[in-house]
Amino acid sequence: MTRIDVEIQLIALVAAVACALPGVYLVLRRLALMSDAISHTVLLGIVLAFFVTGDISSPLLIVAAAATGILTVALVESVHGTRLVKQDAAIGLVFPALFSIAVILISRYAGAVHLDTDAVLLGELAFAPFTRLEIAGRDMGPRTLYVMGSVLLLNVAFIVTFYKELKLSTFDAALAASLGFSPVLLHYVFMGLVSVTAVGAFDAVGSILVVALMIVPPAGAYLLTDRLRWMIALSALLGATAAIAGYWMAWLADASIAGSIAAIAGAQFLLIFLLAPKRGVIAQTLRRARQRVEFAQLMLAIHLLNHEGTPEAERESRESELHDHLRWSPEFVQRIVRLAERGGIITRDGSGRLFLTPAGRAAARGAISA
Amino acid sequence: MDAGRLLHDLFFDYTLRTVALGAMALGTVSGTLGAFAVLRKQSLLGDAISHAALPGIVLAFMLTGAKDPLILVLGAAIAGWIGTLGVMWIVRQSRLPEDSALGIVLSVFFGVGLVLLTFVQREPTASQAGLNTFLFGQAATLVMEDVVVIAGLGSVALAVVALFWKEFKLLAFDREFGGSLGIGMRRMDVLLTTVLVVAIVIGLQTVGVVLMSAMVVAPAAAARQWTDSLGVMVMLSAAFGALGGVTGAVASSTTTGIPTGPAIVLAVTLVVAVSLVFAPRRGLAWEWVRHRRNQQQVRTGAILTDLYALARQHTDRGHGHPVAVLEAMDAKRGGVRRTLAVLEGDGLAKREADDSWSLTAAGEQAALAAIARRNPDDG
Repeated sequence: MTRIDVEIQLIALVAAVACALPGVYLVLRRLALMSDAISHTVLLGIVLAFFVTGDISSPLLIVAAAATGILTVALVESVHGTRLVKQDAAIGLVFPALFSIAVILISRYAGAVHLDTDAVLLGELAFAPFTRLEIAGRDMGPRTLYVMGSVLLLNVAFIVTFYKELKLSTFDAALAASLGFSPVLLHYVFMGLVSVTAVGAFDAVGSILVVALMIVPPAGAYLLTDRLRWMIALSALLGATAAIAGYWMAWLADASIAGSIAAIAGAQFLLIFLLAPKRGVIAQTLRRARQRVEFAQLMLAIHLLNHEGTPEAERESRESELHDHLRWSPEFVQRIVRLAERGGIITRDGSGRLFLTPAGRAAARGAISA
Repeated sequence: MDAGRLLHDLFFDYTLRTVALGAMALGTVSGTLGAFAVLRKQSLLGDAISHAALPGIVLAFMLTGAKDPLILVLGAAIAGWIGTLGVMWIVRQSRLPEDSALGIVLSVFFGVGLVLLTFVQREPTASQAGLNTFLFGQAATLVMEDVVVIAGLGSVALAVVALFWKEFKLLAFDREFGGSLGIGMRRMDVLLTTVLVVAIVIGLQTVGVVLMSAMVVAPAAAARQWTDSLGVMVMLSAAFGALGGVTGAVASSTTTGIPTGPAIVLAVTLVVAVSLVFAPRRGLAWEWVRHRRNQQQVRTGAILTDLYALARQHTDRGHGHPVAVLEAMDAKRGGVRRTLAVLEGDGLAKREADDSWSLTAAGEQAALAAIARRNPDDG
């Protein structure tokens, strides 16, 4: 592993964690696609600031990009605020328009410089280590690493400082407002942070990967836990592992690093989606099947209880009759009777008639009176 | 280029005619299907579909080695369709909100597309360069063959909409009712989404992956402002899409350095802006006018009532009441002099002396009417 390899992985890792942190709140606040919108519109800020300064590495570019991010949020909300279009349509109107302006400006006036839309969209992590940060002639490492490192620290500091406020305004904005916080102010500051993160990251990994790193790991984490702290930690962990594994997949297959990281993040999500202990598809399917069987046993017990001591009990309590009375398939009846017998809910006499055990009777009574 | 020359080229210049026809066809189709997407709050599904199409395009190219537009579009449609089903699956099976599901599908599919794209770019075949146009769209690369594909698939999409008009209408407005009529709404949902996927993938080469979503949202959002009827909205949306498509395509091919996708998107965005402001009844401009008129009515009503109340304290009708008194009675509202001038113009108040006013006979009637309006229960 050369030093370049290490540096690329380090950049990917830092970018992944920096994106995952605000991503948690984007997913929880149903603003996931704002990340898509912002990661495209920051381009406009970069272009405009570039025209002013003429310097592609000026820090003003990041400031302007963050400002366009906030402008995007404000525009979406004011278009939505006219109540003439719905919110998703407002996002779909605003960001393509701003992005279009940026693309036209680039292709008309900045064609010759290093501002090419392909690179913005796709990003090329492999080239990131080539722009070095030099202080007093000494090589301090890749510039992107410092940019993303600062963004990461900023995000951590913001979330730690405003943890309570963010949590409250995410889960109960009305309560937050009544307690005297300003959810609106916090919202805009937070979206500014998302913009800064997007701008720092898309320089290295491209705007689509920004979306992948902001949304996919937190979405996976959301299926694994109900606790905000855990969700944040898991998101960071998932993002970090996707970054490293993605790098190695790209290395093995000689493919785009950004694309590989997104693909690995997707694979991670798919695994969680299927296998998550409580909310995974498989766990849910199994739980539903189990509940169906448990419910059926209870139904059987109630059926037997209803006819206990009545003249029809003789007929109603035979396995052969049950499928007609309960409208179950004969196979299902057989299965349920077997399970209920094994579970000590019913017993059977020599003639094949079914009786409730005391435990079964208690369960049926409990279910009816509840 | 002057207008006459442009019009001439539009009909007789091969490139321009091809581009304009292609953009118009795709604008019509995406406008039509976009109307349903916007009404069903699926505006951003288009964004996810167009990104999700990338791996399909690249795979289709890798498998066939050809840049046949029909095959690429087919690949795009299959991938876009799988992506859409993925979104539906995630939303149904987990507690994730729809926007997260869209974000996941969009970014992951696109990432996979990028990985595949790097494989293609390693091949020495020169023709792969054309795949890049799918990112931003380049109408200048359209040839008649592409237009035939766009128009052919687009017509199929429009035919499906016409055929299942009633079902799609129910799907958009009252899904439960449709289900109770015995229509398989789930199947209709998949069908409508499939047609939407077709509408989107045929536009990718012209407008590009990133901006195709605007072609779905913008014409429909504009059309919505002008009408409350689905039929009219769909027609208008198709017309706006076609208009935006032609305008953008022409602007881009007659001016250097303006890519087609952004030009088309800005053209339809302009239509949206005009619609939001000027559409009758819903538009912001009318809303402003209505607001002003209400304000004026409240103001004149208040002054009339005040004058009437003052007149009742005097026996002679022509007794003037000073502006200062009226201003004191109406301290919060202001603009008393302006309102008095308006009332004088309408013949409801008359100036008795320098700064004092009284009601005319008509003004008295108007004041009684204003009081009745304010207290409708007093009979």
